[in-house]
Amino acid sequence: MCRWSWGLAIGASVTLLATACQREVRPFQDLTVASDRAQRPTLSSISPGSPSPAPAPAFSPYQNNAYATGEGKRLFDAFNCSGCHAHGGGGMGPPLMDDEWIYGSQPANIFETIVEGRPNGMPSFRNKIADQQVWELVAYVQSMSGQEPIDVLPSRSDHMRYSTPENARRAEVPKQTGTP
Amino acid sequence: MDREQQQRLQREEHERHEVIERVEPMPEPAAAARLHRELERTWYVPSGLIGSLCVVDHRTIAKRYIVTAFCFFIFAGLLAVLMRIQLAVPNNHFLGPDLYNQVFTTHGTMMMFLFAVPVMEAMGVYLVPLMVGTRNIAFPRLNAFSYFVYLFGGVMLTVTLLMNTAPDVGWFAYVPLAGPDYTPGKRADFWAQLITFTEVSGLAVSVELVATILKTRAPGMSLNRMPLFVWSMLVTALMVIFAMPSVVTSSSMLLLDRLVGTHFYNPAEGGDSLLWQHLFWFFGHPEVYIIFVPALGIVSSVIATFTGRPVFGYPAMVLALVATGFIGFGLWVHHMFATGLPQLGLTYFTAASMIIAIPSGIQIFCWIASLWRGRPRFHTPLLFVLGFVAIFVFGGLSGVTLASQPFDLQVHDTYYVVAHFHYVLLGGAVFPLIGGIYYWFPKMTGRMMDDGLGKITFWVLFVGFNVTFFPMHILGFEGMPRRVYTYPAELGWGPLNLVATIGAGMLALGGLLFLYNVVKSHAAGAVASANPWNGGTLEWSVPSPPPVYNFLYQPVVEGRDALWERSADVPVVVGIRSDCREVLITDVMDAEPSNKVEYPEPSIWPFLCAVVTSAFFIGSIFTPWALPVAIIPLAITLIGWFWPKSPRAEAPGVAAPVKEAA
Amino acid sequence: MMQSMFHPAGPVAQRIASLGWLLLAVCIVVYVLVMLVTLWALLRRRPVAEDVPRTTRRLTRTVMIATVVTAVILALFTVSSVVAGRGLASPTGPGAITVDVIGHQWWWEFQYRDVTPSDFVTSPNELHIPVGVPVHLKAISRDVIHSFWVPNLLGKRDLIPGQVTNTWLQADDPGIYRGQCAEFCGHQHAHMAFVVVAEPMDKFLAWIQHQRAPATGPASDEEKHGHDAFMHSTCVMCHTIRGTDAGARLGPELTHIGSRMTIAAGTLPNTRGHLGGWVANAQGIKPGVRMPPNPLNPDDLQAVLTYLGSLR
Repeated sequence: MCRWSWGLAIGASVTLLATACQREVRPFQDLTVASDRAQRPTLSSISPGSPSPAPAPAFSPYQNNAYATGEGKRLFDAFNCSGCHAHGGGGMGPPLMDDEWIYGSQPANIFETIVEGRPNGMPSFRNKIADQQVWELVAYVQSMSGQEPIDVLPSRSDHMRYSTPENARRAEVPKQTGTP
Repeated sequence: MDREQQQRLQREEHERHEVIERVEPMPEPAAAARLHRELERTWYVPSGLIGSLCVVDHRTIAKRYIVTAFCFFIFAGLLAVLMRIQLAVPNNHFLGPDLYNQVFTTHGTMMMFLFAVPVMEAMGVYLVPLMVGTRNIAFPRLNAFSYFVYLFGGVMLTVTLLMNTAPDVGWFAYVPLAGPDYTPGKRADFWAQLITFTEVSGLAVSVELVATILKTRAPGMSLNRMPLFVWSMLVTALMVIFAMPSVVTSSSMLLLDRLVGTHFYNPAEGGDSLLWQHLFWFFGHPEVYIIFVPALGIVSSVIATFTGRPVFGYPAMVLALVATGFIGFGLWVHHMFATGLPQLGLTYFTAASMIIAIPSGIQIFCWIASLWRGRPRFHTPLLFVLGFVAIFVFGGLSGVTLASQPFDLQVHDTYYVVAHFHYVLLGGAVFPLIGGIYYWFPKMTGRMMDDGLGKITFWVLFVGFNVTFFPMHILGFEGMPRRVYTYPAELGWGPLNLVATIGAGMLALGGLLFLYNVVKSHAAGAVASANPWNGGTLEWSVPSPPPVYNFLYQPVVEGRDALWERSADVPVVVGIRSDCREVLITDVMDAEPSNKVEYPEPSIWPFLCAVVTSAFFIGSIFTPWALPVAIIPLAITLIGWFWPKSPRAEAPGVAAPVKEAA
Repeated sequence: MMQSMFHPAGPVAQRIASLGWLLLAVCIVVYVLVMLVTLWALLRRRPVAEDVPRTTRRLTRTVMIATVVTAVILALFTVSSVVAGRGLASPTGPGAITVDVIGHQWWWEFQYRDVTPSDFVTSPNELHIPVGVPVHLKAISRDVIHSFWVPNLLGKRDLIPGQVTNTWLQADDPGIYRGQCAEFCGHQHAHMAFVVVAEPMDKFLAWIQHQRAPATGPASDEEKHGHDAFMHSTCVMCHTIRGTDAGARLGPELTHIGSRMTIAAGTLPNTRGHLGGWVANAQGIKPGVRMPPNPLNPDDLQAVLTYLGSLR
């Protein structure tokens, strides 16, 4: 009985350690993210062979990371994403806090949408937003419809209140819809 | 008034006077032994795994408190060493900003909320019932509850640091930095809930102490005969009761801002970020006195015993303590001198912050007069108290300079302030505390601590302390702000920082020596007699360590220093039942016997209630649903806790053996 | 650049330093006296038979006198503090200029207003002031609480979101003084410094005049290359260079970056090497800073550095 409960306690703490570390880490200098598309800062242009094409991003480094999600929220305002998407409610651009996804709800899809742009108005931010920041935006866009754990979702901002805070919204089940 | 009522009043009056009877000072051994056996059975301390969770005995719980608090002290002290290593040289990369911020926040939070306040209250929990001559602390189950809540809160903070989730916003967590926008994730929520944990336990202990002091003093111990330590605990407990609701409110508001999107601290929606500072410091400034006033009580106890005379100027000392308690609430704004408040208000707070130096000064003068008048015996406890005088006077004077608003504008939030509060908290509270541990260790464990090693420890700590913290004054003048994780080499702060780091190493060594002494003495120290130092307060009248029921016969007090002024035919209290946990209640002013109450038996419910409370507090970090969900188990545990006992048959015959013994 | 409250270079810091010397001197004397008396109390020869009532009377008198002396000293401190505090509340001389101080995580923005909005001057992390003239500071914060502090010139004034706080300073000697954020404001609180350049009025006016001008266009091919690389990269999302298409206001304005002494909020000297390291990977220098790693290719990076260096 006693040994069993000790085992349980140790197991629980290991699980906690594994999950919480990821959620609360502050990934300041995530060069692996920045270099994922062969954009490592180099001091010389001499390189063996021809530059390889940018590999398609396949993973979201900041999924389940509270800090990066919060940074994404800051950038979402700073880069005026709200100009079209209006804090998620949609305007000129589609709403982001609902369950409808035109170009895919996977992190890689959102990444592509931001970097490459989409027809009917979404501009391409290729080379305008550093990859690290794009991934932060991806994390935040996911959180807008509750696609992140509850302890990662941002709460209210120090601004005028414009909508329900992300952590108080209903978590939507993503649904693929056709192009508009 | 009808006849029946009159009769009842007469009967009560009669019973009250019956409580005290004059007896021979030493009852006959056989009767005493019988009473001892009976009391030991009644006031038993359960053992075993489950039993140890049911304990309601104040000495056991206080010892747990003290040991736990020292564990947190060691942990937070090691964090301080990490910080000093990071700052030893300019542009160091040992910790980095993220970890450094977590470390300094955890260090401050742990030292303030998990070490300093609890350990002082724990000294009170252990000593106050003994000093006022009663069998247990009032509300014993609440006492057990408070310990477990404190323990769970402390473990939570420790675990968060190990999980890279420790708060990183400073121990006073200014908004909006600690708000939802600038500290995403759950780090600041853990901080806010830690406050709730420690406040719940702190308030519970304070209520117990106030009730114990005001209602269960031994007959004859009128307010003007209370030992100074008890006075200091009374003032502290009352300060806790008035100060802590303020911080519970502010931290709960912070949690609400972060969790459910309220706007208490959001200026854009009509909130105010300065509101946090007012609420926090309305608690935060009394907090330093909450830590420091019990230390004054320890100092008075040690000085009285080791000079062999009562402390000089008892009325002045008491009035100074009470005045500190009052004025301490009127100077919180001196933490906010730079926030641009109106000049007239700042003038008031400058004056108030100056005035509080007067009661502290009076106490220092009275202690020096006591040392002058008495014949000091230089044992380790007195050395620590003398170290306290040397350090605290320095810290107090630097505090006076900080009270000056214009001067504060320059040194505020610099290393000058860091130096100042370590002088008054480490020097002003921890030195007396360690002295107090050396002093009461024989009472608590029945063994003496090694005095020679204690003196070496004192000198290592004293020198280490000054080497660490004195240079910080100069760093403050040179413009080094606090809470920087590194600094450029060109500013020339490197050498003094290196000196401070070396001092921190000495402090760590001193801590290690103290720890070694405790462990060694606990295992194999010289066996202590009941009163090894020839102290004058009641705790020295019982064997070391005290029996589970504290006093075979509850004593009657005839003077301020009960043991020194005890007459040959001292009366004792009889007529208290020994077959149940009955204690004598006396009145507030003169400690005249007025009533008898029965204290509760050991119980598992306080522990279960603490578990549920902790689960609720931690759960409410993540979801507001924790509150409605937790209410049901919380209600169950409280119902179990307060389940009435079947009324005991009033059996006057049971009390008779005690009288016979008398 | 020595940073010390006891090397005042202006009337505000001077007054605080004088007050500080008074407080410290009196406190040191009091401390030494108390320690001497304590030692005397401990070590004095004790007579075999002491006249207890007489000793008690004398001790009572001594304690009372000491208390009265304490109260008098504290009253003196209070009065001198209040007098000094009122003297610091507002400047005395005429001819004051006003500068807006804006705090950001983790850099400073100094704005010189003018009747014509196009003549506003924004100077990140470098406050230029004329010598001998009081300068009003109107301080606001864009994010969390910061505290403006130049030890050699003035004490702290907090920058509080949702409020405007005011203070003033004056430098009597020309020179360069270092200031630093004094209220913990997050990861890079340690690296949130700035410099104050106090110069004679004519030089100051010339500086303002120069700062008003938009950026000079790229002169050489290399600068042209750098300009284009800047406009087509991540830089343009956050920074302003007046006179070009770059107009974002998230980071410090770069219109005259070539003329500034430091980069990264007083963290590094403004040299080509440091700037290159900063642009390529600011996170390596100030972990947590808002500037992301910018993976420019080497040719573009060198050109951008040349271009930025030309923005004098």
